[in-house]
Amino acid sequence: MTFPILSVIVFTPIVAGMLILLFPEERKDEVRVTALAAATFALLLSVWVYFTYDLDAAGYQFQEAYNWLPALGIGYHVGVDGMSAPLILLTGVVMFTGVLISWGIEDRPREFFAFLFILASGVFGVFASLDLFQLFFFYEIAVFPMYLLIAIWGWIRTREYAAMKLTLYLFVGSVIALVGALAMYWTAYQNTGVLSFDMLQLEQANFSEQFQAAWFLPVFFGFAVLGGIWPFHNWSPDGHVAAPTAVSMFHAGVLMKLGAFAALRVGIMLLPQGAQHWSWLIMTCAAIAVVYGAFIAFMQEDMKYMIGFSSVSHMGLVMLGLSTLNKTGLTGAGVQMFSHGVMTALFFAVTGMIYDRAHTRQIPELGGMNTVMPFAGIGFIIGGLVSMGMPGFSGFIAEFPIFMGVWYVQPWVAIVASISIIITAAYIMRNIRDVFFRPMPENLEGHITDVNVLDKIAILTVCLFMIGIGLFPSLMVPMVQTGVDNILRLLGGA
Amino acid sequence: MDFINDHLLSLILFLPALTALVIFFLPQDEVKLIRWTALIGSLFPLALSLLLWTRFNLNGFGFQFQEQYKWYEALHSTLHLGVDGLSLTMVLLTTLLTPLAILASFGITDRVKAYMMLFLFLEMGMLGVFLALDLLIFFVFWELGLVPMYFLINQWGSANRNYASLKFMIYTMGGSLGLLLAIQMLGVAFGTYDLPRLYELWPTASALNNIPAWLPIEKVKTIAFWAFVVAFAVKVPVWPFHTWLPDAHTEAPTAGSMILAGVLLKLGAYGFLRLVLPLYPEQAQTFAGALAFLATAAIIFGAFGSYGQTDFKRLVAYSSVNHMGFVVLGIAAAAAAYGSSNEVWKASYPIALNGAILQMFNHGLSAAGMFFLVGVIYERTHTRNLNDFGGLFPLVPVYGGILIFTSMASLGLPGLNGFVSEFLVVRGSWPILTLYTAISMIGLLFTGAYILKGIKQVLHGPMNEHWAHGEHKLTEINAREILVMAPLMALILWIGVWPVWILDVINRAVLASF
Repeated sequence: MTFPILSVIVFTPIVAGMLILLFPEERKDEVRVTALAAATFALLLSVWVYFTYDLDAAGYQFQEAYNWLPALGIGYHVGVDGMSAPLILLTGVVMFTGVLISWGIEDRPREFFAFLFILASGVFGVFASLDLFQLFFFYEIAVFPMYLLIAIWGWIRTREYAAMKLTLYLFVGSVIALVGALAMYWTAYQNTGVLSFDMLQLEQANFSEQFQAAWFLPVFFGFAVLGGIWPFHNWSPDGHVAAPTAVSMFHAGVLMKLGAFAALRVGIMLLPQGAQHWSWLIMTCAAIAVVYGAFIAFMQEDMKYMIGFSSVSHMGLVMLGLSTLNKTGLTGAGVQMFSHGVMTALFFAVTGMIYDRAHTRQIPELGGMNTVMPFAGIGFIIGGLVSMGMPGFSGFIAEFPIFMGVWYVQPWVAIVASISIIITAAYIMRNIRDVFFRPMPENLEGHITDVNVLDKIAILTVCLFMIGIGLFPSLMVPMVQTGVDNILRLLGGA
Repeated sequence: MDFINDHLLSLILFLPALTALVIFFLPQDEVKLIRWTALIGSLFPLALSLLLWTRFNLNGFGFQFQEQYKWYEALHSTLHLGVDGLSLTMVLLTTLLTPLAILASFGITDRVKAYMMLFLFLEMGMLGVFLALDLLIFFVFWELGLVPMYFLINQWGSANRNYASLKFMIYTMGGSLGLLLAIQMLGVAFGTYDLPRLYELWPTASALNNIPAWLPIEKVKTIAFWAFVVAFAVKVPVWPFHTWLPDAHTEAPTAGSMILAGVLLKLGAYGFLRLVLPLYPEQAQTFAGALAFLATAAIIFGAFGSYGQTDFKRLVAYSSVNHMGFVVLGIAAAAAAYGSSNEVWKASYPIALNGAILQMFNHGLSAAGMFFLVGVIYERTHTRNLNDFGGLFPLVPVYGGILIFTSMASLGLPGLNGFVSEFLVVRGSWPILTLYTAISMIGLLFTGAYILKGIKQVLHGPMNEHWAHGEHKLTEINAREILVMAPLMALILWIGVWPVWILDVINRAVLASF
């Protein structure tokens, strides 16, 4: 029997979380070290999965399947393909950096890390799931700890409101998607006589075109709510702002990908004809999100709100890539999920470092950060360049094919959506200039200290990924393409 | 040696980045070490481009020293490098001006490490544009050069730098947006970004494959043509897209202005020559009149604008608009003559193009020199206001002599380089665009006026006693600064007296590509 590497990755965080809960509360350092050890272990394994994935063989690899409730056709079935392997890696990176950034949490670190790790297990689980029921199971596991993490450790002014809003939005979305999933389950039973939630089986279920067209929207949008698709995005900036730093990183970096990924895996891949039927609607919503998100971000004075809305804009690009349903666009969407994940995690990390020191996130009240924390400043600048889609960084590698993919379908959408590039450049450059380079306000003088070595390791880790992929797209693009080929096969093309 | 031969272009392209990486690992406080590493590191690309120049086959057709590496296979884009006479000239200009600019920056004491690294990355960005034979790679380096320049202006610039740097960034990115979209359209339509392939495919394309047709192909080509033109016109800059330039040039640190005027503006003109003319010959011909109009406007308004300045640096900045106008005029003449059967036109447009390309090189030399000289005096007096100077010649005779020499090159005095190229442009454009060329002579007249005004206000007239005595006493140009000017002045004179060595190379490109 081969080493069940995916299961180990999925369950490492939750086991570590339980272990941490057994520690006496006051032994905070032991808690942190255990957390870091678990996160490092998960990161190394996800790197291992990423680099040992066989590109020539493609398809689903590292599969494990066990019966769970055979009578209902529910199983435990995990595996990764070219689409999900980068996201597993992304989760590993964000988890590792998230732990490093949260080192300084003094308020009940034991429970904090435990919940954070339950969340991480849920996320890993969704990305690795090949069983629809199991996917929902992990999906809810990922969403629920968010509520506690925000409500307990969040920003005191809005945390209860934001936690409630976020949880309600996501639960409503997932319930709608679940209804769609049950409809698929029963219809597949009628069509094939097999009761199964296994997605590889459901792909073969021959859903009728009417069925697909009818159920695609609830399933896709049910999940896409978590991906922050316009007009269901407005839980997301509130959630980002209220969440503590590491949770914001998880939230924007990974959770939003969960929505986009599930919408792709369940919506587009199981209901391909439905996707073709409704792609115009997704494209419209996505294009609006891209431009509108950028405009709103431009108007923000709170750094976290700015990044939150920029996430709406960038996740809009992911949706835009998905809506093209062609190879170029889907590839771009896959890379953008990773690129945006590391980039926005970095943004929230640096914003958190600034907030911890200055106790404000209002851009007009900040300044001169580069003189005291140059390392964080350079990190933020690199993140900004990724965000702007500057060539040489991963953002360009992702955005360029997305726009190209749109050209194949609707040239004018590409032209309209490209406006966001300029707006993004404007707000990012303005933010960098104001927060990092103008003279520091007097009331902050002397209170700001440099970031510590753990923060630097975290920043360096994500920067390496962003620059590495930017200079050598072949590190990621061929892998995503194998995943895309699989999607295209379901869509009936190529 | 074989390795160097086979990878000459990629070595030239990536050595600056390598040097920057070395500097990254040097200790922050070793300012001297950092400066010298940067300078010596930037001399390697210069040496290699001189080697390139001697190896360049004057009888060869097409692109030489080609190299091709995998880059973004999913989009069929490769790192395809190659030079012809045009890019070779520009590469030489870039690798020549960068060490001089670095030498000119030895006075910088604030965050030297970051400054030098940005400068070297900037050099890589510019070289990449000149060497690229792949449209996507072209765009990558085109945008990449923006970032270091933005930070150089924003961090080491003078008082109004925030405004100027953001304006520079947004203008250029806004201009490039159309270029980005047009490049994507080409890539989608033909499944390749390779320039030599696109040269064959795009001008003759009669239908857009892979793209839902919603406009006739001719309209699409026209729109894409203007998207390209606007991107490059912003960079050149052609009137009315020039307003970012005086701000950026004025606020940038001295060496930044040298590179900005010396090389960055050439990127725009290079884009016209490398992409617009070969990819859109018919559209270029249709709109050659409009281009010539813009060029003439740039020549005249640039000269007037320059004459109206009281800030020495702004005066020099506007003169760039004026001089680059001649480049565009030459390009417009070549565009107008495309496919013409008129014998006189056929004989004239290569002359105009030769002039335009030589003017790019010449303006690179003289503008970099002028900005440096402005920087020299600014460093000593902390003012650029022309009214604050006056009668400085007796105080700084050597500086005065150098200033007059460089100004004369800029003015177009026969015997110096500016005359050769401007004469070629005018001679070549005259039969094709007679009216515009005639009108642009007004601009040439005012070139003389503003140059003489600058010299007069600084060097002649009653001496401003403020600079003559005491703590404000003006000191003479020092040896390092003369060392910066010496190669520029030597080349200015050399090309002015005997331009054949460089025109041979340029003419090769003109005959082969246009």
